[in-house]
Amino acid sequence: MTNPNGRFGVHGGQYIPETLMNAVIELEAAYNEAKNDPSFRAELTALFNEYAGRPSRLYFARRMTEDLGGAKIYLKREDLNHTGAHKINNVLGQALLAKRMGKTRLIAETGAGQHGVATATAAALLGMACVVYMGVEDTIRQALNVYRMRLLGAEVIPVSTGTGTLKDAVSAAMREWTNRISDTHYCLGSVMGPHPFPTIVRDFQPVISQEIKAQVIEKEGRLPDAVLACVGGGSNAIGAFYHFIEDKSVRLIGCEAAGRGVDTFETAATIATGKLGIFHGMKSYFCQDEYGQIAPVYSISAGLDYPGIGPEHAWLHDTGRAEYVPVTDDEAVNAFEYLSRMEGIIPAIESAHAVAHAMKLAPTMGKDKIMVINISGRGDKDCAAIARYRGEDLHE
Amino acid sequence: MSNIARAFDHGKAFIAFITCGDPDLQTTAACVRAAVKGGADLIELGIPFSDPTAEGPVIQAANERALKGGVTTDKIFGLVEDLRRDVTVPMVFMTYANVVYSYGIERFCDRCVETGIDGMILPDVPFEEKEEFAPACRARGLDFVSLIAPTSEHRVAMIAREAEGFLYIVSSMGVTGVRSEITTDIGAMVKLVRANTSIPCAVGFGISTPAQAKKMADLSDGAIVGSAIVKLIAEHGADAAGPVGAYVKAMKDGIMGL
Repeated sequence: MTNPNGRFGVHGGQYIPETLMNAVIELEAAYNEAKNDPSFRAELTALFNEYAGRPSRLYFARRMTEDLGGAKIYLKREDLNHTGAHKINNVLGQALLAKRMGKTRLIAETGAGQHGVATATAAALLGMACVVYMGVEDTIRQALNVYRMRLLGAEVIPVSTGTGTLKDAVSAAMREWTNRISDTHYCLGSVMGPHPFPTIVRDFQPVISQEIKAQVIEKEGRLPDAVLACVGGGSNAIGAFYHFIEDKSVRLIGCEAAGRGVDTFETAATIATGKLGIFHGMKSYFCQDEYGQIAPVYSISAGLDYPGIGPEHAWLHDTGRAEYVPVTDDEAVNAFEYLSRMEGIIPAIESAHAVAHAMKLAPTMGKDKIMVINISGRGDKDCAAIARYRGEDLHE
Repeated sequence: MSNIARAFDHGKAFIAFITCGDPDLQTTAACVRAAVKGGADLIELGIPFSDPTAEGPVIQAANERALKGGVTTDKIFGLVEDLRRDVTVPMVFMTYANVVYSYGIERFCDRCVETGIDGMILPDVPFEEKEEFAPACRARGLDFVSLIAPTSEHRVAMIAREAEGFLYIVSSMGVTGVRSEITTDIGAMVKLVRANTSIPCAVGFGISTPAQAKKMADLSDGAIVGSAIVKLIAEHGADAAGPVGAYVKAMKDGIMGL
């Protein structure tokens, strides 16, 4: 029998050391109180609008639509948010909540650096201390974001254990949290980890689909036929999907990082290659070997280079409500370049995974169909890495 | 009475943790036998996990070395079978939820019984999630060992009332590893435990010297040492059995006040 607390079907739960149990119980109580407090909602909405620049635009990608010759393509411009990604939505919510709980210090993990930058930003804004754990491999891939976090007053700690990537940064942040709970909030960056994190992060991100719905109805007078988003842990995807889950006519498509391909070991496509397991506080699908050892996953995208997926996505997959498709490095890099040239928008390499699948899917849909791609972040941070992928000797 | 309780039959218990397969299984077997000879009353066998989130740097590194050396859950069951030809002290597994879950909880417990394991400690399975694992253990007479931490507070009574085998008291905040000083009020925690269960309790995390072990064992029913032993194995590699045996004897003597 499994504990029903924080479950999405069989997924989710609270698989964490006893040391952390009271911390997550306290967090859940504080969150339940905050979410029903109109002043908390008002303060968060004011920060969303005045500080983060919400609502973000829903942009009709005319040239891309004409070029692909199928569905009308809209881009949800989360890349235009302050700090350049959707991550700020969740971070502002959690930072306000932490402050309300009397915490004075935020710790976070980061992969691509976008969540770390967003956390460092919120910490600066609210006058809190901030420590960010980042895989040593990622500090090299995303050197500019390391500098950005330091500029914002955060301490960045490179993590060299394991594969030196996002999963190791999560482990390091969890270890640090067991060491120091009283003044510290762990600002988890995705819809993952132990309950209540998958729910809290989910509740701070649906502003994306709420806006998409209103904007697409205003422009087209109807709901879209498909919504696409990239998925690592899955926070931008859950944000983009959430308000469409009940609208069964809307296809929800999550694009996973396949790395060099799902038939190789160098992949991070969890739904395609993972199996049910327990890790980082949750039950969900994980890339792992036959003995449950977590696989050293790979993707060109530091933000999607994670061996698991959030429990609510695992459940949306089980129920068939959402589809999850693998996208390779090559396809994502092509899409990165394509969107830059076609629309003058440089997407994050993470978001480029969703663009890549859209490039395959749009031509198969009629011209009367509508597709929305969530451009979860901007790609400035990726330019040097993509240039190197293309064989140019460019370093920041 | 569970087999684990026998570890506490002859005074304060010394519990030794060893990561299986670090650097290889032959060394693990030799170290376990040396620890038993040195006076260990219970052996915790660590099944390595790729991402041990409750461990400090010393045991993390041991996990990495062991996995790199090719150890698997099945090979570790083979080790237990071999040890049980002569080792009679209780032995428990210490590992992570996914190692047991991916093997199949029932199948894992069956193998524990067949090979001679007496229980398991899963640091990432708290009270709230234990009913996923504990019933399969219970049905086979295995103990599912629970932990309490300095932050447990009002949870101690609830956890103690359902405790099996022995109760693992985590001495300090943070992860496993040697500490110069343990500042938690262990006495107060033990008092709460005693008020709610007759199961023995032992203190772990941060203990490395005979004086520390004696202090913790005096306050409870025993002391658990992991990182200090694993560190010896890291230093001495395949020749670790001698130093491990000598260390365990010094610790056990310390606890006994010899």
